[in-house]
Amino acid sequence: MAIEKKNFSRRDFIKHTSMFAGGVVFVSLMNPMKVVYATKKPEGKGKWYGIAIDIEKCIGCANCARTCKIENDVHKEPFFFRNWVEQYTITNDDEILVSSPNGGIDGFEQPVPEEDIYKTFFVPKMCNHCAKSPCTQVCPVGASFESPEGVALVDQTYCIGCGYCVQACPYGCRYIDPEKGVVDKCTLCYHRLKDGLDPACMMACPTHARIYGDLNDKESEVSLFIKEHNCAVLKQQLNTVPKLYYNALSQEVH
Amino acid sequence: MPLQVKRLLLAFAVFIGIMLGLKYFLTPDSWREYGPYRGKALIEIADKVPKYVDMETCIMCHDSIGELKIQGLHKSIQCEICHGPGYLHVDEPEINKMKLPAGSEFCIQCHARNAARPDKIIKQVDAAEHSEGENCISCHNPHEPWL
Amino acid sequence: MDKFETLYEALANLDGFIYPNEIALNWDLLIVMYPYITGLVAGAFILASLNRVFDIKALRPTYEISLLTALAFMLVATMPLISHLGQPFRFYEMLITPHLTSAMAIFGFVYLWYLMVVLLLEIWFDYRYDMVIWSGEKKGFMRFVYRALTLWVLDTSPESRKTDEKIGYFITVVGIPSAFLLHGYVGFIFGSIKANPWWSTVMMPVIFLFSAMVSGIALVMFIYMAVNYLRRQKTDIFCLDTIAKYLFYILIIDFTLESLDQIHRIYEADESFDILKLLVRGKLFFTFFIMQIGIGTIIPLSVLGFLQFKKPRERIRKILYLIVSICVLVGIFYMRWNVVIGGQLFSKSFYGFTSYKVDLIGGIDVWLSVLWFVIPFFILAFLLWLLPPWKKAEELPHE
Repeated sequence: MAIEKKNFSRRDFIKHTSMFAGGVVFVSLMNPMKVVYATKKPEGKGKWYGIAIDIEKCIGCANCARTCKIENDVHKEPFFFRNWVEQYTITNDDEILVSSPNGGIDGFEQPVPEEDIYKTFFVPKMCNHCAKSPCTQVCPVGASFESPEGVALVDQTYCIGCGYCVQACPYGCRYIDPEKGVVDKCTLCYHRLKDGLDPACMMACPTHARIYGDLNDKESEVSLFIKEHNCAVLKQQLNTVPKLYYNALSQEVH
Repeated sequence: MPLQVKRLLLAFAVFIGIMLGLKYFLTPDSWREYGPYRGKALIEIADKVPKYVDMETCIMCHDSIGELKIQGLHKSIQCEICHGPGYLHVDEPEINKMKLPAGSEFCIQCHARNAARPDKIIKQVDAAEHSEGENCISCHNPHEPWL
Repeated sequence: MDKFETLYEALANLDGFIYPNEIALNWDLLIVMYPYITGLVAGAFILASLNRVFDIKALRPTYEISLLTALAFMLVATMPLISHLGQPFRFYEMLITPHLTSAMAIFGFVYLWYLMVVLLLEIWFDYRYDMVIWSGEKKGFMRFVYRALTLWVLDTSPESRKTDEKIGYFITVVGIPSAFLLHGYVGFIFGSIKANPWWSTVMMPVIFLFSAMVSGIALVMFIYMAVNYLRRQKTDIFCLDTIAKYLFYILIIDFTLESLDQIHRIYEADESFDILKLLVRGKLFFTFFIMQIGIGTIIPLSVLGFLQFKKPRERIRKILYLIVSICVLVGIFYMRWNVVIGGQLFSKSFYGFTSYKVDLIGGIDVWLSVLWFVIPFFILAFLLWLLPPWKKAEELPHE
């Protein structure tokens, strides 16, 4: 080893290393923050889908969850949901109880007697189709992507099933299909939109608590709903820019 | 340049060449049509056949029931929520029958008393107390519910 | 139904509320092995670099062993990841159409860079002269193998050896940041997931890096002793003392960084703190406090610290070093476990936990994990047979 120590000293090592590190920094400065978000809202007047859910109108019937499973051939076992309903109960002792038995499909029970309840409500959950979706950002092969209409989709013939997007979704909206070995998630019933049909969950809601539509069109039902109601999104602090807006969202909901 | 370096560079060139060749041949056709993903995937996902066909399609044949329902309190409920998806029935109505809901269990999915259900939006009953085991539809017509 | 049995069991044992899709743990034991094995590679390489770049002569007997250990583990480093995929045969897509915003996609290239440009080249330049000599001594097939390994460059002149030495040195220099990059990157794969507060910290790559060094050094220490035992050779105790000294220093840094991370979490106590507190005190109590901190950190630190001041007899020191290296290897394994499995045990709703039970009998992930951990030792044995460090020619004298 080490025949010519004179040629390479520790100083050389530091020089080489810092040159290398400097190069990396330089390259990233040339192109600042460019590759961070996987999706970019397309320019122009195309559709840009968004969803609004009115918690005041939700009766927790879970028809949305049921029809979604049928329409999209989702496994019947209670571990795979594109769409589910949660029941929040906050007691007079400020205890927060959340439940979602089989995603709400099996019906809900109140865990505490009515006189002990401070407030209680249902929260339907589904993919937020985030504008800066963390799930499409981390997909190593580009099998998870945001369509030009702002719908987060999975190319199941290309997905390798690594599960990285499942980890990256803060809302728990993705799962690995145990038979196909690929990831599966809400498509906003992309196949129905093309036929001019409403997504199955929107169609199934008996109280019209769920609205979807084009956020680019400021006169669309969803845009007007968001304008007229005081809406909030889930986990805003993560800057995923969800396009699912909740009316009357309590701060206990994560 | 020393000989061993030349040989190594050659070996690396071969390796990189193989990788580039693989990249060229294995990259899907419609890659980057819209973004870094398979453009054709959009068509493939959209190609799936919808199972729920919409109330308008049902009313094309079942117009009398449709008219009854559209005036009642259940007007906002799609036929297929209770009767199941209709895509097969539409094609061959005689072979593929629609299903009938399984009695009271089905009704209380929406109408069971629960403090989380907004009173203004939905009528709720304590099922055991209200009907004493009687099937809901022996008193109520789901297409024309009365209170 | 059988397939979902464990999931139904987890469903029956939920604590609090968890999003329904979170009941299934997607990243199992195989993903624990992945950063573990990658860490061993990076750590073993850093130890080799200490000898070569920083000219720590006492470490000379472990130089080739560290490099070959790094190579043996590097060759299987991606296998846990690939065998865990839902569609393992589609893994090539990661190299063909890498998605540039994904940390995991870039890892493929970091891996290739490290394997091809750093490890293989460094070993090649280190062994080229010897392989030429050996190809002259051997007959038949082995002659061809050594010839092919030298890429048919049969130059044995002192000039060519000097060139090998120079380039090899340069590669080691490039290799240190590369090894940092490799394992820092594995940390980044976890640390960049903002959805998961247990992972999402800038400290993650740094902690991964130092724990990698700790585990790699412990592994080489173990292998060095094991190889000498099997070959019935005397272990150079001075070399072991030096390795132990560096292990001690880096373990201190590692422990400090991890403590810093925890103290920071505890003091900041952001929205995720309550659930993480329950996680660490409950589901992770055994793996975190007993295995990672107790066996993996406190015991090695106290033993090594003691040995810095008092030097018992050689035999006792050797036994202590053996125990310490195993403790460290076990501890770092549990550190990976706590990161990977721990990060999936609590719900992102912060309202509850799922559970994970290692299925020792029927669990395919367990068998594969054991397989991917055992195979590198066989590869190493093969490499030591093919490229025996103890049969290398004398180094050129210093000028």
